[in-house]
Amino acid sequence: MEVTLETQVESVNVAEEMCLRVAESAGFGEDDCYRIGMSVREGVINAFHYGNQERPDKKIHLAVDLTPEKMIIRVLDEGKGFDLSQVPDPLAQENLLSTSGRGIFLMRAFMDEFDVVPGRTGGAEIIMSKRLPTGNSSSTNNQDGQDAAPPQRA
Amino acid sequence: MDLRATYRDAGVVTVVDIGGRITLGEGSALLRKTIRELLDDGRTKIVINLADVNYIDSSGIGELVTAFTTVKNRGGNLKLLHLTKKVHDLLQLTKLFTVFDVYSDENSAVGSFL
Repeated sequence: MEVTLETQVESVNVAEEMCLRVAESAGFGEDDCYRIGMSVREGVINAFHYGNQERPDKKIHLAVDLTPEKMIIRVLDEGKGFDLSQVPDPLAQENLLSTSGRGIFLMRAFMDEFDVVPGRTGGAEIIMSKRLPTGNSSSTNNQDGQDAAPPQRA
Repeated sequence: MDLRATYRDAGVVTVVDIGGRITLGEGSALLRKTIRELLDDGRTKIVINLADVNYIDSSGIGELVTAFTTVKNRGGNLKLLHLTKKVHDLLQLTKLFTVFDVYSDENSAVGSFL
């Protein structure tokens, strides 16, 4: 599944709902769906606010892939990109009362894999994934433990 | 579910009953507006009852922090009551549990101001 979203608040809910449908159909339980939904929200909020600077002429690109082992979510903005290592630690004492800056932390906490890379549009692309529930992944692995099939668009 | 907020007096303390999701957009804006109204009315001893809030995102967390610091800067205090498990876990994860005074009993929350 791949969609282009407007840079507007409503896109956050749209993205969350879309990814939750995919997560539920992939067999994730309630807690994991909550974590995935929250991470998608935070990724799109990041693109909306920090990446695209809330500019309506810019777009947010959301892609969801299901491999035999995991659900992969990509959120791409059309901003200037950012260096993950420069993001302040929201748990540092001096940042505890900050009114923003917890989105990256939450995505890292809630997903199994998380990274930010330069995007094809010049912005930042958040790539995060969650391993599928055990029952799903064990039934789709081949004998080498490698993916049995290439990623499929959800 | 959209956010809803009402408030009531408990002696000199104001209890704000909130329900729904505190998220980017209208949810966060309503919380901000409610706190501003209370402060404009001279109410600086505030308990936020989160019993019916089952979802907060980072924007909602930011709004709670804003409410807390704004009330503190006006010489008052803001405390939290009846956290749902998800909200409780989120505040623990973000270490804000150490910042807010959190209560599971309204009488204790109100009494802590006296």
